[in-house]
Amino acid sequence: MNRSAVDNVSRSRRALLRAGLAAGAGLVLGVRLPVRAQTAGPGRTGAATAAPPFAPNAFVRIGRDNTVSVVSKHLEMGQGVHTGLATLVAEELDAAWSQVRVEGAPADVTRYANTMWGPFQGTGGSSSIANSWDQLREAGAAARAMLVGAAAARWKVPPESIRVAAGVVSHASGRKATFGELAEAAAALPVPANVRLKNPKDYVYIGKHVPRTDAKAKANGSALYTQDLKLPGMLTALVAHPPRFGARPRRVDASALRGIPGVRSVLEMPRGVAVLATSFWAAKKARDALVVEWNETGLWRGSTAGQMADYRKLAATPGRPARTDGDAAQAIAAAARSLEATYEFPYLAHAAMEPMNCVMRLSADRCEVWTGAQSQTTDQSAVAEVLGLKPEQVTIHMLHAGGSFGRRANPHADYLVECAEIVGRLAKAGTRDVPVKLLWTREDDMRAGYYRPAFVHALKAGLDGNGAITGWQHRLVGQSIMAGTAFEKFLVKDGVDETSVEGAATLPYAIPAIAVELHTPRVDVPVQWWRSVGSTHTAFSTECFVDELAVAAGRDPVTLRRSLLAKHPRHLAALELAAARAGWGTPLPSGRPGEKRGRGVAVHESFGTVVAQVAEVTVRADASYSVDRVVCVVECGLAVNPDNVRAQMEGGIVYGLSAATSGAITFKDGQVEQSNVHDYPILRMPEMPRIEVHIVPSTAKPTGVGEPATPVIAPAVANALAAATGQRLRRMPLRLA
Amino acid sequence: MPVLFVNQERVDVAASVPGDTPLLWVLRDSLDLTGAKYGCGMAQCGACTVHVDGQPVRACQTPLASLKPGAEITTIEGLASREGKALQTAWEKVDVSQCGFCQPGQIMSAAALLASNKRPTDADIDAAMAGNLCRCGTYQRIRAAIREAAKTLG
Ligand code: FES
Ligand code: FES
Repeated sequence: MNRSAVDNVSRSRRALLRAGLAAGAGLVLGVRLPVRAQTAGPGRTGAATAAPPFAPNAFVRIGRDNTVSVVSKHLEMGQGVHTGLATLVAEELDAAWSQVRVEGAPADVTRYANTMWGPFQGTGGSSSIANSWDQLREAGAAARAMLVGAAAARWKVPPESIRVAAGVVSHASGRKATFGELAEAAAALPVPANVRLKNPKDYVYIGKHVPRTDAKAKANGSALYTQDLKLPGMLTALVAHPPRFGARPRRVDASALRGIPGVRSVLEMPRGVAVLATSFWAAKKARDALVVEWNETGLWRGSTAGQMADYRKLAATPGRPARTDGDAAQAIAAAARSLEATYEFPYLAHAAMEPMNCVMRLSADRCEVWTGAQSQTTDQSAVAEVLGLKPEQVTIHMLHAGGSFGRRANPHADYLVECAEIVGRLAKAGTRDVPVKLLWTREDDMRAGYYRPAFVHALKAGLDGNGAITGWQHRLVGQSIMAGTAFEKFLVKDGVDETSVEGAATLPYAIPAIAVELHTPRVDVPVQWWRSVGSTHTAFSTECFVDELAVAAGRDPVTLRRSLLAKHPRHLAALELAAARAGWGTPLPSGRPGEKRGRGVAVHESFGTVVAQVAEVTVRADASYSVDRVVCVVECGLAVNPDNVRAQMEGGIVYGLSAATSGAITFKDGQVEQSNVHDYPILRMPEMPRIEVHIVPSTAKPTGVGEPATPVIAPAVANALAAATGQRLRRMPLRLA
Repeated sequence: MPVLFVNQERVDVAASVPGDTPLLWVLRDSLDLTGAKYGCGMAQCGACTVHVDGQPVRACQTPLASLKPGAEITTIEGLASREGKALQTAWEKVDVSQCGFCQPGQIMSAAALLASNKRPTDADIDAAMAGNLCRCGTYQRIRAAIREAAKTLG
C-alpha cells in the first residue's frame, strides 16, 4: 500500500526558513529569504479551501487533481481519528489510500455534530469512530455512486457494469477514468438518497493495516500545531495567573518591564494580567518582571490532607443513591464475614505535551480562531459571548493538537475565553486585526486548574460461608465535573453526576445486593474530564476490592471474576483471553535475589469497550518496583484500524501508569504544589513495560478505544503488587511502604 | 553579530537579540523553525532537542550567548544524516507518532544515539532516550523504530 496519504495540517518545508521578522525580534538572516508563504497553508479548513469541483456532502471533496479530501469533524490529538475517518470514507469510495488527504472541519454544528451528542460538535467519550461509523461510510458510498453514475453516462453503459477499485473507475470494455476526471460530471448528478454499503467481507481498508495520514508530517517536523502558527504582525501573549483560583488583580506594577525590548502592552484582565510582546521570550521576561498584588478575599485555602480527611468523614455517611439492588446493608450485616476498604485518589493534571494555547484575530465583524478544539460548539459560543458576536461570526481553524486527553474540551473554554478577552480589550483600545497567540507555559498549564477531581471511595462487602459475595456497598465522595456546565441538565440526575459513578453504578458483577451512593462536595478547585473520566477512579476501587474479596475468600482472582460475569460475554471473552495470553496460573519467572514478583488482573468497561489487563511487577528490596509486562485484551467491536487500536491501548496504559506510579496534584493553603514535569512526573522510557495487545475478533459495530485502556492498568498493578508483597495499596499514586 | 550555521545555512544574529534568549526561541520565533517544540522550558521533557555541533542539546536551556561563534545547529527540518533519514523512515513504518508533538525531539535524540552507537542495546536506547517524554506513551514503538533504523543502516 502506498504510504503517501497526507494530512493537510502541515506546511511546505520551503516555507520553514523565511523572514518572519516580527518587529523588535532583531534577527538578521544572512541567507536568501524565501517568500512569506506560511499563511497560505496552515489552519486551512473545509470551509476556507477553494471549492473543489465535487463536494457531494459535508465530508468528501474530490478535486480535478484527483485528490480525495476527507473533512474531519473530530480533533486529531494523537488518537488517530484523521486516519480512522479517512479509512471509513476511502473504504466505501474505493479510493486509493495515496490520494486521500484529511482536513479539519470548521465549527459548524449544522453539518458536523457528533451524532451521539445531539446538536453539539465535539470529540470525546471515545465516540469518534462509533458516531461516524455509518455517517462517513455513507458519505463515501454516495460519492462513489455519483462517480459511477458519471462514468456510466459518459461511456453509455449500465452503472452496474462499472467497477471501482483503488481510485480507478473502469469498465470491462477497457475504459478507465480517475476520480478527478469524473469529478465535474459527478457533481452535476443528484446526490443519492440511499446508498448500499459494502459487505464486510469485501473490505480492503477496514480491519486491515492502513498507515496514519499524519505519519510523515509528524516525523519531519512539518505537522502544524497551534504553538507553531505565525501570522503577519502576530503578538505573543502570556498571562500572569493568580496563585489561588478565582483571585483578581488588585494592583499591577509594570515598571520593571520598561527595559525589556519587544513588549507591546500589559492588560489587566478579569482573571489575570496579560503581557503582549513580539516574541515568547520578551513576553516571558516581562511576565516574570510583573509585580501583581491579588485580591484573594474569601478564596479557598484548603490543603490536600484536610480535604481528604473531610472526604473520609463524608464517606462514613449515606449519600445520594446511584444504584440500589436489594438491601446491601442488610445483606452485609447478615453475612458470615464482611470486608471494608477505603481508596483515595488525588487531583490529576492532563499535562498534554503541548501546553494549552490558541491564536485569535478579531476584525470588525468576526473573530478567527486557530486551535486544536475538542469542543467546537462550546468554544465557538464562549468566544462569541465574550466578544458580543454571534457564534457563526467565530471561525475555528483546526490545527493538530499536541495531546489533550480531555483538556482541550474545557466546558468553559477557559484559555479561549482568556484570549478572547485579550483581543476584545485590544479592539476596545482601537487595535483590531492583530493576531494574538496566547501561550501557556508548562507552569500555567499545570497550575491554572481543571483537574481530574480528587475522590475517596469507601467499599464494604459481605461474604457467605462459601466465599460468595452477598452484598456490595460503594460510597463515592468527589466533586461533580458536570455541575455548572451546559451538560449538567443531561448528566446530573437527582443530585447524582453520572460521570462520577460510571463504572461503579454499572458494576457488572452478579451480586444479589448492591448499593452505590454518591457525595458531591463543593470545593473551589476547577475540575474536568480526564482520559476515561469516572472510570479513572471507579475501575480502581471496584477491581481492587473484588481482588481483595477473592483473596479473603481464598479464591483465584480470575476464577472469582469469571463466576460473577456469566451474563457479560464481552467481559468474559476479554478476561479469558488476557488470562490465557498472560499465562495466568503458571508460575512467574523469579526475579533476582531479594526481588519479589507478582501478577495482577483487572477488567473494566468504559465507553462501550471492555478491556482486560494482566500486569507483571517486580518489587525490589528497597520497596521500589517496576511494571515489566502488560498483557492487554480489548473488545471494541470491529477494529477499524487494528494497529491504531493497539497504539491506543499502549498509549492509554502509559497514561494510566503515570497516574498509578506518580501522578498527584496536591494543595497547600489553596495553592497547587506542583509546577512542571519534575514534580509531576510522566513515565519515561526506562520505566516502560513490554505491552502486548490482543483484540477480541468481532463483527459488531465499533466502539471507542481512546480511553478504555487507561483506567485498567492501575488496579492491575495494585493487584500485582499485593500478590507480590501482601501489601494492599489503596491510595493513588501507588507507593509501597 | 554572532554567526551560527543553522541546518547548514549561515545566520548572522543581530547584537540586539538578548544573549539570554534560549536557542529554542531563536529558532522558533526568529527563524521560523518550529519543529523543535516547547514542552517544559526546563530541560525536563526533550521536546526541544536539537543538535549543536553534533551533540543533542535541550534548546530551551541553551542561551544564545552560550553558543560558540560558528556553532553548527541542526533541527528536525535539516536532519539529513543517514541515521536521521533511516529513523524518519522507521518512524513512519512503525507508525510511532500519536499526537506527534514530542517526536521531533525524540528523533533528534535517537539520531544522536545512532551517530555514536550503530548497534544500541535496549539499555543504550533507554539511557539515550530517558530525557525525552512522550505523554502519548509511544515508547514501545520508539524503541522498535530505533532498532529498525539501526538494522537498515547495517
Ligand atoms: S522544552 Fe526543552 S526540555 Fe522541555
Ligand atoms: S506522540 Fe504525543 S507526546 Fe509523544
